[in-house]
Amino acid sequence: MLLIALIALPVLASGLAFALPSDRERPYVLPAVAVGHLALALAAIPAADSSALGGWLALDPPGRVVLLLLSVLFAICAVYAVGYLRYRQELSNRVFVPCLLLFLGMTTLVVCSQHLGLMWVAVEASTLATAPLIYFNRTPRSIEATWKYLLVGSVGIALALLGSLFLAYASLGGESSLLFGDLLGRAERMNRSWLQVAFVLLLVGYGTKMGLAPMHTWKPDAYGEAPGVVGALLAGGLTSCAFLALVRVLHICRAAGEGEYAGRLMVFFGLFSIAVAAVFMVGQRDFKRMLAYSSIEHMGILVLGMGLGGLGIFASLLHMLNNGLTKGVLFLSAANIHRAFDSKSIDDVQGAMRRVPLSGTLFLLGFFAITGSPPFGPFVSEFLILSRAFAADRFVVGGSVLLLLLVVFTGMGRTVLVMVQGLPSAGGARTSYRDGLLTGLPALLSLALVLLLGLHVPAPVEALLRDAARFLETSP
Amino acid sequence: MLRISIINLLLVGVLLLNLFMLGTSRIRALIQAAALQGVVLGVIPLLIGTHRDWNAGLIAIATVVLKGSVIPTMLYRALREAQIKREVEPLIGFVPTMLLGALGTLLSVAFASGLPLEPEHRELLIVPASFSTVLTGFLLLTTRIKAITQAIGYLVLENGIFIFGMLLVEAMPFLVEIGVLLDLFVGIFVVSIIIHHINREFASLDTRRLSSLKE
Repeated sequence: MLLIALIALPVLASGLAFALPSDRERPYVLPAVAVGHLALALAAIPAADSSALGGWLALDPPGRVVLLLLSVLFAICAVYAVGYLRYRQELSNRVFVPCLLLFLGMTTLVVCSQHLGLMWVAVEASTLATAPLIYFNRTPRSIEATWKYLLVGSVGIALALLGSLFLAYASLGGESSLLFGDLLGRAERMNRSWLQVAFVLLLVGYGTKMGLAPMHTWKPDAYGEAPGVVGALLAGGLTSCAFLALVRVLHICRAAGEGEYAGRLMVFFGLFSIAVAAVFMVGQRDFKRMLAYSSIEHMGILVLGMGLGGLGIFASLLHMLNNGLTKGVLFLSAANIHRAFDSKSIDDVQGAMRRVPLSGTLFLLGFFAITGSPPFGPFVSEFLILSRAFAADRFVVGGSVLLLLLVVFTGMGRTVLVMVQGLPSAGGARTSYRDGLLTGLPALLSLALVLLLGLHVPAPVEALLRDAARFLETSP
Repeated sequence: MLRISIINLLLVGVLLLNLFMLGTSRIRALIQAAALQGVVLGVIPLLIGTHRDWNAGLIAIATVVLKGSVIPTMLYRALREAQIKREVEPLIGFVPTMLLGALGTLLSVAFASGLPLEPEHRELLIVPASFSTVLTGFLLLTTRIKAITQAIGYLVLENGIFIFGMLLVEAMPFLVEIGVLLDLFVGIFVVSIIIHHINREFASLDTRRLSSLKE
C-alpha cells in the first residue's frame, strides 16, 4: 500500500496543480508533495516487505538506495523551484509544475516496478514528462533541445523495449512471468545468444537515457537549455533511474553466467564516456553545457564501477548518491549565477563570488566535490572504484581513468575559476537577481549532504548500500 | 498451416510497405502507409495466439484504432497547420534509401536465421520482418529532414518492435501492452505539439535549422 501511495501522491497532485488557477500559488504544491513523498519513502525504505499489486511493485535493495536519492533530491529541488518560479512570473507554470510532479511519480514507478515491461513503460513515461520541462523557456534554442531530447531519447528507449522483448524471449519455455525475481530464478536456463543481444540493446537503450557516450548527444543541449532545477533533477534523478534499470538487467546477466561479457561491455562504455566528456570539457565556454559533460563523465564512472564488479558495485552505488547530490549543488548554483549575469558563457560571467557570494562559493565547492577532491563524497567513491580496478589487476583501466580525471579537473577548473574569480565586467548585463533564501539554501543543504557522505556515511545509509551490493553480487 | 501462410503473407505486405515508405516522395502517402502498416500489425496477433480472449481482442482494437486512425489524424493535422511543402525532402535520395532498405531486409533474414527460435515460431517471418521494419524506421529517422517525417520514422521503428512482440503474446501481460500503446500515443502527442512550435518559431519544419546548439 505504501508504494502505491508513493506513486499516486505526486500523480494526483499533478492533476490538482494543473487545476489550480493561480500561477503564484501553484508552485507551493511542490514542497508539500515533496515532504509527503519523503515521509512515505522514509517509511517504505526500511520496511522488510512492501510488495503490492501481486509483486509487480516492490522495493529491491538497489531500489531502496535510488528511492532515497530521488526523494531527497526532489525535496531540495522543490524548495528551490518555489524561489525560481518567483523570478519567472512572466511565464505560466501551468505545465511546468504538473510535469515536475509527474516526473516524480514516474521515476518512483521506475524504482518500484519489479516487472520488466512495467519498468520500461515507466522509463518512457518519465522521458515524456520531462520534455515540456526542457521547453519551459520557450526560446528557439530550447525547442531545438527538446526536439533532440525527444528524438534521441525515444529511439534509445525504443531499443530498450526491443532489448526487453529479447530478454523475455530468452527466458521463454514453460513459465512466462517477467517479474525480476522469477527472471533471476530462471536465469541459468536462459538462451545465451538471445540474452547477449538483449543486453547490448538494453545497454544502448538505457545508456541513451543515462547519457553514455556515444549516445549522449542530447545531453549538452537539454541540460544547457533547461532551467537549472530541471538539470539537477535530470542529472541526479532520471539518470540514476536509468542506471537502476541497467543494474537490474546486469544482475540477470550475472545470474545467467554472462557476467564477464556484460562487465566488459560496461567497462568499455564507461571508459569511452569518461574520455569523450574529458575531451569536450576542456575549453568549454558554456558552463551549463560543461555540467552536462560532467554528467556524462560520471555516468561513465557509474557503469565502469558496476562493470568491474566486487567492491566496484558498492562503490558505484555510493557514487550514484554522491553524484546525484553534487549535481544538485552545481546545477542549482549555476542557475543562480546564470540569472545574476543573464548569460551562461564565461565570456560574460566573471566575478560570481562578488555578485552572488553564496552561489559563487557553492559552485566552486561543488566543482571541487565533483572532481573528486577530499573531503567530499565523490572522492571516497571514486577512490574505491579505482582501488577495485587496481585490485582486479585492471591497470590499464585504472590508469586511464586516473589520467582522464586529471584532464577533467584541469579543464573544468579553468572554466570555473574564470567564472568565480575577479570582478564582474562593467559592460555585462546586470540583473536584479541576488542570492535569496529559497534559491540559496537548497544548494547549501545539498552540499552539506555531499560533505557528510565524504566525512562519514551514516550507518543506515551504509547498511542500505551494503544490502544492495550484497543483493547484486549474489544470484539466487 | 493455412494460418501460418496467412500470417507470412501479411508480414510480406509489411515488408513491401517498408520499401514503399522509403521510396515515396509525398508525406501524405507516407502517413497512409504507416497507418496501414499499423492496422495490419494490429490484426496479426489475433491469428497467432492459440488461445484468444477478451484481452487480446481489446489490444487488437486499441492498436488498430490508435495506429490506423488517431495517430494519422494527429499527424495530418500537424501537416495541415504547418502548411509546408508536401514533399518528403530526403538527405539521401529515394532510390539509394530503397536499396539500403532492401539490403537491410536481406541482412535481417540472414541475421534472424542465426538466432535460435522456439519450434512453433520457426516457420514464421516475424523476426526478419521485425528487424527490417526497425531498420526502415532508422532510415526514415536519419535520412529525412522534416520533423514530421522523423516522427513517422519513429512510428515505423515502434511498429518493428511491435512485430517482435508478437512472439511474446502469451508472455506480455495486458497491462504492459496497454502501457506501451499509451506511451506511444502520448509520445506522438507531445511530438506533434513540439512540431507546431518548431513551425511557429522557425517558419519551417526543416530540422537542419535546428543547429544552433553545437560545440
